[in-house]
Formats: sequence, C-alpha cells, structure tokens
Amino acid sequence: MSSTETPDIDLGEYKWGFRDEENPVIKMEKGLDEEIIRQISAHKGEPQWMLDFRLESYEIFKSKPMPEWGADLSGIDFDDIFYYLKPAEANARSWDDVPETIKNTFERLGIPEAERKFLAGVGAQYESEVIYHSLKTELEDQGVLFLDTDQALLQHEDLFREYWATVIPPADNKFAALNSAVWSGGSFIYVPPGVRIEQPLQAYFRINAQNMGQFERTLIIVDEGAYVHYVEGCTAPTYSSDSLHSAVVEILVKKGGRCRYTTIQNWSSNVYNLVTKRAVAEADATMEWVDGNLGSKITMKYPAVILKGERAHGEILSIAFAGEGQHQDAGGKITHVAPNTTSVITSKSISKDGGRSSYRGLLRVNKDAEHSKSKVVCDALIIDPESRTDTYPYINISADQVDVGHEATVSRLGEEQIYYLMSRGLSEAEASALIVAGFIEPITKELPLEYAVELNRLIQLQMEGSVG
Amino acid sequence: MADLVIRNLHATIAGTDTEILKGIDLEMSRGEIHAIMGPNGSGKSTLSHVLMGHPGYEVTAGEVTFMGEDLLELEADERSRAGLFLSFQYPFAVPGVTVANFIRMAVNAHRKGGPDGEDDPIRIPEFRKQLQEAMELLAIDKSMSSRSLNDGFSGGEKKRFEILQMAMLKPKIAILDETDSGLDIDALRIVSGGINQLVGPDMGALIITHYQRILDHVKPDRIHVLMDGRIVRSGGPELAYELETSGYAGITEEVSA
Repeated sequence: MSSTETPDIDLGEYKWGFRDEENPVIKMEKGLDEEIIRQISAHKGEPQWMLDFRLESYEIFKSKPMPEWGADLSGIDFDDIFYYLKPAEANARSWDDVPETIKNTFERLGIPEAERKFLAGVGAQYESEVIYHSLKTELEDQGVLFLDTDQALLQHEDLFREYWATVIPPADNKFAALNSAVWSGGSFIYVPPGVRIEQPLQAYFRINAQNMGQFERTLIIVDEGAYVHYVEGCTAPTYSSDSLHSAVVEILVKKGGRCRYTTIQNWSSNVYNLVTKRAVAEADATMEWVDGNLGSKITMKYPAVILKGERAHGEILSIAFAGEGQHQDAGGKITHVAPNTTSVITSKSISKDGGRSSYRGLLRVNKDAEHSKSKVVCDALIIDPESRTDTYPYINISADQVDVGHEATVSRLGEEQIYYLMSRGLSEAEASALIVAGFIEPITKELPLEYAVELNRLIQLQMEGSVG
Repeated sequence: MADLVIRNLHATIAGTDTEILKGIDLEMSRGEIHAIMGPNGSGKSTLSHVLMGHPGYEVTAGEVTFMGEDLLELEADERSRAGLFLSFQYPFAVPGVTVANFIRMAVNAHRKGGPDGEDDPIRIPEFRKQLQEAMELLAIDKSMSSRSLNDGFSGGEKKRFEILQMAMLKPKIAILDETDSGLDIDALRIVSGGINQLVGPDMGALIITHYQRILDHVKPDRIHVLMDGRIVRSGGPELAYELETSGYAGITEEVSA
C-alpha cells in the first residue's frame, strides 16, 4: 500500500447469481395490457371486486408519469417484462412437495435450515407465486394467520377486504399502482390481540426467470398488544437484461402493538427494486423498519410510519451498500399525526467502486402533533474517491412545541485508520471490513443474531479480494 | 546482532522531496529501554511511523533489520506479527468495534499461521482472563472493555488503551510515541508502572518523548537526542537531566560549535 493508492476493495463475487432451468406451469406473454390482468385474476379465481380494483389501478398506472426525482429509471421498459409466471402447481406445506429444482434453490439459500433452527414460520416465493408456506401449530392454534396473500383473499375475504389498500392506495405512486394492478404472492399476517410471536416469521423472495417482474403484496395486521417480527430476504440470478421488483407492503399496528419488519435485500445487480412500504401505528403502538439494501441495480425505497395514535413510536434503521453500477436511493418517512409521538431515523450508507447512495428522508409533524419528538441521524461512509453519497432530508413541521434533531456525517475510509489497525496485525482486508462492520453496528446489533451474522458475512464478502 | 538495527535511515514524506529522517543509526534489543528525545519537528514521530510501516512515508536510503529480518520489506501488519508494536500518539477511533473484540481479533491475527501453518485462535475464557489481568495492571475499569475502541475516549484513556494492547500483544520491541502526553500525574504513574512490569527479557521499549517527565518513572538505559532528522547525541540516563537544565538549545549550540 503506498500513499497514493486508496484501499482496493473488490466487490466480492455475487454468490446467489445461479439460475434454475425454467419449467413454469404458466408463463404469460411479455408486456402488460388489460387482457393480461384479466387472465391473472381469472387464473387466481378472484372475486369480482379484486378484478375491478386491479383494472382501476392499471388505469392509474397508465395515467401517472414516471417519477422525475430520485434514481434514473429510464432503463425500465414496461413492455419487456413478464408480469406473471407460475412456477409450480401447488403451494406446498412440506418441502417434500416442492418441485426438486426449486427446493434445491431454497436449500442453497439456507431457508429450510433456518426454518428448523429459529423461525416460527416461513413463506417462500419463487417468481409470481408462493410455493411453500408453514407456521408453527401452536401459533395457528392461537389464531395467528400467516399465509400467502392470494390464499388470504380466498380464505379470509372479509378480514382481508377491511384492510386491503387502506394504508397504500393505488394512486399513491406509479409503482404502487402497477403493483395493485398485477400483484401476486406476498405474505398476509394477522396476529390476534395480546399474542406475542417471539421467533421471527420469514419470507424469502426469489426471482429466477430473465426479464421477470415480481410484484408481491404484503399485508400485516398486528392487533392490540400483539407482537411480530417479520423478516424478508431476496436474491436473483445475474442476467445481462433487467428485472423489476415492485412490491407493496402495508402494515397496521393497533393500540399497544408492536411490529418489526426486517429486510435484507440482496438482489443481483440487474434488478430494479422499487418498493412502497408504509405502516400506521395507533396509540402506544411501535413500528420498526430495519431496512438493509445491499443488492439491486437501483433501489428506491423509503419505509414510512404514520404515527396516528398518541404516544405511538416509529423507528427506521436503514443501511445501504452501493457498489459498482449501483444506486441505492433509500431512507424513510415519518409522519407525526397525534400528540406525544416519537420517532427515530438512523441511516447508514456505504459507497464504493463508483457506487452511489442517497439518503432521502421526510419528517413531517402535523399541526396537532404537539410535544412530539424526532431524531434523524444519517451517516455515510465513502470507500474510494469514485463513489458518491448525497443526503436529502426534508423536514416539515406544523406543530408547536416539538423537539426535532437532525445530524448528518460523511466519512471516508481513511488510509491512516487502516494503517492503525494493520499495526495491530490485521491484514488490510480485515482492517477495512472491521471498520465497515463497526460503522453498521448500530443496525446489526438490532438484528437477531443469525441475521447480524449474515449481514456481516455479506459485507465481508463485498470486502474480499482487497489484498493487493 | 541486536534485535533492532537501524542503519543510515533516510525517509521522505511519500511523493515529495521533503526529507525528514536524514541518516538515523540505532541499535537496541529486548530487555533494554531506550529513549529518543528531541524538540518538535525533529522527526521523532516520523521515525516511529517509518519503523511501523506508515504508508505516508518513503524510505529513500538505509536499512532496518528486526529479529534478523529486513523490516522494510514487510507491510505494517507483518511487522506487527513479527513482534514490533507502536503505541500511537494519536490513536484512531473505531466506532462500533468494542475494545475486547478488537483486541481479540488482533491477538488472533498474531496466532495465525503458527509453526505448523495452523491458526490457533485464543480460547475465549483464556482471553478474558488475560484481558482482565492487563486491565487491572493499568487500572482500567472492567466496563471499558465493551466500549467502542477509542470512540469518545479522552486523550489519557486512549494512551492507556494503547498500553493495554501492548500488554495483550506482547511485542518484542514496543515504540511508545509520546505516551506521556495527555496523562495526568496519577495516570502517568499507573501507565509507567505497567510499562516497567512488561519490559523484561522478552520485551524492549523505545520511548519517544519531548519531555523527560516519563523518564522519571521509566528509567532508560540509553538516551538519544534527535534533531533535524539525525541523532546528535547518545548517552546514559544522565543526558535527560542535562537536557532539563540546558534545553535543546544548549545541545544545538554544542552540536554546531
């Protein structure tokens, strides 16, 4: 290492870029029109109201222009995407009933093993459909519902309809409208009053086909005094052409309930990841988003919390890692509606090899939300001079007597800091990885041990090959 | 041959012609305490960083042998694993990495690739015991081991933790760069006591200092006066008192006379 070089940290090889041979039960034609939407709905045997909802959403999608802020989305060609692909006939409750190739993929991703070890329930989505679902019987007996969203519509229509699209209406934004038109799969969770699910529920999303669009839709209802931790992970094969992942996640946390939603997004670098996530927290409820964005070509994602009831608490922990050719435009949105509500946004981003990470946050305190408190901290770490970071903090306060703090720092991975660690015997790669691991520690310490280890391992992987 | 042999060492700030070290000669071995004294800007810190392998300096002439090996061929981490240690004047903070975890990583880095090429990571109970003993030696409160390394530490605390790392890594030669600065008198006594206990047949110390204050507590065998990138005088412990009375200016006159 000479003084003119910056630490050479190569992007580790993406380990989940393998692909399976396609063997779909149904694969609809590329591109989108009303007919495709009717086919999806008919195939799923949906009630008429859902078809109407889809068609209205499609009209909204067409009428809305592409967003002109955030990341560059001009590479998306809506006509060059497969909107629906059904990979297997049945949604299995045992891994033995999942087709061999797909089962092998999830084995490689470690899902069945994690399920045996520490999860209360698992959903696995492959292309457009959830192909596996399980929930511990004792939770089923307590009235917990954890199933794929399509099944939830068919089996629990009344409950479903009461909450569906109440947090994120189709007109919210162009991609929410698209999701509303073509949604398929995702998780539906209902936790009855007072039920606390101590082990996490996990869903895993895998795109396999080229030019695939995945549009899962998740709806979580945490009833009064209940608790759930939901974790999602996602990967895809590496293709030269782009795929689109555009999910919608709606969450309602009722009085005194608590929901934690953790994402470890590790899409391959050809995926546009444009996701709308929002939660409403009632009085004394807590909503926490832990949002890790490591993969994808472009991510635009700003998990939101509406603090609707008094003393509700919202927390967003966001971590973004932007490597070569990646733009992570991530952050969070908090709206204080009721008095005495509190929120914290902690954002950490790392940019390297010319990658770009942006923090984009909106903090709004409405007129009635007196005595609310909010703190926003965003820290960026830049590994090399080619990389970039930006901060776009929007703050909009209409109430009196509020306590709002904002701090932002940008630091560079310093040669001298690495030298200091090397003088203790660590290699250059170990030193860089340790600094990065320490930088994101405020996020990893919030994760269950297994995920913290996984996140650190992913970062380690990205730091490999730095010994020059 | 001495453990550390420095011959005619010249160094510049990397990428410039600015020469800081202009021909240093020095020899020392385990069991010895040497002190390098000199005014600000004489090259004291540069010497310590050149020996440790700082990327910001370039060696333009001379040689350094450490335990019979060509030290200048090694990267900083290899120098550390060979048994050289530098207590930094300005240690860096590593937020999010606890003192205990960091020291354990460093200890394990030193136990990598043993005689049989096998890694031999320290067992956690053994590590805890050693760390606790070292912390007691330096009167560091137990709770400090779970704090982020140097993050929000006072100047004196940082120095104490440098010596803690030294105690845990058990180097053959430790360079202590201005370890006394930022220490109040009680802390200086504790840290010096620690150094005295650690120096012995298996360890030597090269103390780099501006003042003779620390030398009241850690008695050097040899003192070298560094001025303008050269060692201008070497002598026994009495040299410190001479400096105390006549100052570096006195030495300058003597040298130029």
